[in-house]
Amino acid sequence: MRQFLRRQRYLIDYSLSALARRPGKHLALLLVYTLVVFLLASVMLFTQSLRREAALVLAQSPEIILQRQIAGRHDLMPAEYLDRIGRIRGVSAKYGRLWGYFYDPAVRANYTLMVPPPGSPAHGEPAPGDIVIGAGIARTRGLEVGDYLSLRSARGEPFAFRVAALLPHSTELVSTDLMLLGADDFRRFFAFPADRFTDIVLQVRNPREVRKVAEKLSLALPDTRPILREEILRTYDAVFGWRQGLVFVLMGGMVLAFVIFAWDRAAGLSGEERREIGILKSIGWETGDVLRMKFWEGAILSLTAFFLGYLLAYAHVFYLSAALFEPVLKGWAVLYPDFRPIPFVDGIQVATLFFFTVFPYTVATIVPIWRTAVTDPDAVMR
Amino acid sequence: MIELRDVKKVFNQGRGNALWAVRGVTLDLEPRQVTVFTGPSGSGKTTLLSMIGALSRPTSGRISLDGTLLSNLPERFMTQVRRRTFGFVFQRFNLIRGLTVLENVMLPAYPLAPDYGDLRRRARALLAQFGMDAKADDKVEWLSGGEAQRAAICRALINAPLILIADEPTANLDSARSRELIGLLGELQDLGKTVLVASHDPLVFESARVSRVVELRDGLLAEDA
Amino acid sequence: MLLSPAVLALNGVSFTVTLMLVLAAGFALQVVRHWDLTSGSERQLELERRTYLIATLVTWSFAAAVVSLLLFVYNAEQMATQFVGAMCATGVLNAHPLGWPTLFLKILIFFAGAAWLMLNRLDNQAPDYPLVRVKYWLLLGFLPLAALEAGVQLGYFLGLDPDVITSCCGSLFTADGDGVAATVAALDPGWSLAAMYGLGLSVLGLGTVHGWRARRGASGVGFALSGALAFAAALAAIVSCVALYVYEHPHHHCPFCILKGGHGFIGYWLYLPLFTATALSLGVGLISGWGHIPSLTAAVQADGQRFTAAALALFALFYGVATYAILTSNLTMTGVWW
Ligand SMILES: Nc1ncnc2c1ncn2[C@@H]1O[C@H](COP(=O)(O)OP(=O)(O)OP(=O)(O)O)[C@@H](O)[C@H]1O
Ligand SMILES: [Mg+2]
Repeated sequence: MRQFLRRQRYLIDYSLSALARRPGKHLALLLVYTLVVFLLASVMLFTQSLRREAALVLAQSPEIILQRQIAGRHDLMPAEYLDRIGRIRGVSAKYGRLWGYFYDPAVRANYTLMVPPPGSPAHGEPAPGDIVIGAGIARTRGLEVGDYLSLRSARGEPFAFRVAALLPHSTELVSTDLMLLGADDFRRFFAFPADRFTDIVLQVRNPREVRKVAEKLSLALPDTRPILREEILRTYDAVFGWRQGLVFVLMGGMVLAFVIFAWDRAAGLSGEERREIGILKSIGWETGDVLRMKFWEGAILSLTAFFLGYLLAYAHVFYLSAALFEPVLKGWAVLYPDFRPIPFVDGIQVATLFFFTVFPYTVATIVPIWRTAVTDPDAVMR
Repeated sequence: MIELRDVKKVFNQGRGNALWAVRGVTLDLEPRQVTVFTGPSGSGKTTLLSMIGALSRPTSGRISLDGTLLSNLPERFMTQVRRRTFGFVFQRFNLIRGLTVLENVMLPAYPLAPDYGDLRRRARALLAQFGMDAKADDKVEWLSGGEAQRAAICRALINAPLILIADEPTANLDSARSRELIGLLGELQDLGKTVLVASHDPLVFESARVSRVVELRDGLLAEDA
Repeated sequence: MLLSPAVLALNGVSFTVTLMLVLAAGFALQVVRHWDLTSGSERQLELERRTYLIATLVTWSFAAAVVSLLLFVYNAEQMATQFVGAMCATGVLNAHPLGWPTLFLKILIFFAGAAWLMLNRLDNQAPDYPLVRVKYWLLLGFLPLAALEAGVQLGYFLGLDPDVITSCCGSLFTADGDGVAATVAALDPGWSLAAMYGLGLSVLGLGTVHGWRARRGASGVGFALSGALAFAAALAAIVSCVALYVYEHPHHHCPFCILKGGHGFIGYWLYLPLFTATALSLGVGLISGWGHIPSLTAAVQADGQRFTAAALALFALFYGVATYAILTSNLTMTGVWW
């Protein structure tokens, strides 16, 4: 065992010096390798943190949302349904919500207008005439606390709201286009019928009872549709995983190009390198020793590229807000969130990334390395 | 004692350009002697030496060393025998550029993984023995031809082999350095090593230190041809 | 489902490994056909050099298979949020009939690969490569296993349907269900513990005897067999009993949740030694049969002793960790169950 470890040390020593002796050649490979890891890791960390962020936000949202449907279309919820639901075992709270979308032609963006639900954190219902807005709206309209925001209501008359507060940065991903206002303001602004809500939410403490409650609801109120939080979460997970996978497939071309590049590098040895291997074999290195030495060379390169690429991606996503992806994502919405995800590292991600980069590299170099390693030991005598 | 029995070597076997480089050599080589193989260019000296030194395998025939058969071993085991038994000195020195003299000398021992301190000490002692201690930490590309060849000899001796094989060791040296080198080979014989040299340099095969000259012609011993 | 990166990676790896083994098997076939050590021909030299390529390909395939086994379990763990009723990897494996077979095939490949590499290592120590044909025929048998695994895994991931309501460890491993998992969970914990420790004693005993007698060329098949039995008993005991102590919950029979951080990653301390020790003991069984070949006798003894010692140490570690988990648990089942 000691002998084994010592031999590996000698081989590592030699491959390090071999790498150092030809910096130009290996630097190019290292650069490309790092770039590939960086791009894949960025996509991965970015989508993963979007998904986590969404999950964190959803964690606070109610377990069940009840929507009314007419002819398969979403309709307003009569307030009396709250009473018709009555008492269901396991439901700890239920209330109607008021929310909707508003298109602001001044900035050509959609806002989400919402009356804060009872007991929502930090902000109670804003006083009449007051609003609380998300950072995206504040940025695009250049608003600060105390400024007035003027919008045209559903009846065509202008409405001036005073900005009472801004929503915290930490929830920007979901709150960037959010505008909170009082219930009366909401109804007047949208000319919303007084005896209706947008939907009804129910809180269920025990996750095992959620399905039971949903079943009872659809029996009691056949023209409604319950939406479960766990289902939203599931859809999110699937959608994010799917998006990420699609990007990976698109990037498959890049990985393939990298594999060909790595193959070419490993196969296209310079005369000098070939002679070096020949010398090693003639002075007593065995084919296996050369294979192992080359393996260490690849391992050193791979680990360096992997760590460099991963760290760069980490910095890119978590400290620079994925600046490189901004132009792509910005097309989705005018109110692009200034998004600072919470840093985290995940074993499954690292393992997957490893299989997308290091594994193809290794496979691509096996045959070329073997070809080098079986050089005739007497070649240097000719 | 090295015994060769009807050793043959063919290159590109079964193809149109097949070439019989060695066509049946039977020979006994005594230990602790300096033997020189000579003959015209292309007569098979290098090919024969590489087979004796377990660098390559004969196409047919047998080579044995002190009674154990070498010629049938797979490469893996040939290498294991070779690195403990033979040391090699080449015409073009074949030192690895970019490494220091000391590192070059230590290289053949890497796969055997001896204690690092021990190995360094051995390498330095060898370099001192051949008057190279001042150059130990220089890069090999700065060495003169004579120095490079002495570094190569140190490298050949690092695993303490019994047999030293030198292929045209004087080809890149002037006559003064060549004489010096022959002197060194002679000293090795005094230390109990068997020395096998291939050369068509008269300075070598006419030297007084040479115990035996074997002449090759067209892949055969001159006496058989 | 198929497009999640981890799933893409898993399928990519399995198919790449299959391809690598196809390549290796192709070369192996040539070697088996034309091998002639007495010949000094260039073709024989080329074949000998091919053996290095074959061994390298198999080694990397094996390494990839090991990592893919881990990734498979992690991924199942992570996908649990996408299935109704799944709380951990168990639920995700249950969501399609090919889930468990995929896992079992991966484990089988792990054992087969480890044993083959040990045989290869043994053969490489004899200058006449006496097992060259044996090991390459075995390799040809290994190939369909890898191909099957790749296919079954693909079928599993293609067939996964998030709308299927699956049952998870809570319901799957309850004693009143049916199927293998339920049967295992329903095992009397006392008996399963007794079986684990009993077979543990037998494997440690047989191993010690084998390590001692390997010098005289004793067969290691008994040791290998007891290793396999101890492995099965250990898994059964983990599901029916040890896991309960870890979770400190009398009905939670999940073999995967113990891998999570919440339980101090104790699962790794159980599974890594157990799997490695079992692989080593199977390998010992495989190599011990060749001591009668003169050029291998010494190597069989040396390797046999070395691997046996390593297997014994790892088995001992496993039983130590399992005992530790039981003793330090706040759950008391003695008196309640037996
Ligand atoms: N790998 C090879 N493939 C094909 N032919 C070879 C190979 N190696 C040597 N030969 C041929 O074998 C013959 C003997 O070569 P060898 O190098 O042994 O001669 P030599 O006596 O050492 O010549 P010199 O004095 O020029 O070094 C030559 O005709 C050479 O071209
Ligand atoms: Mg020559």
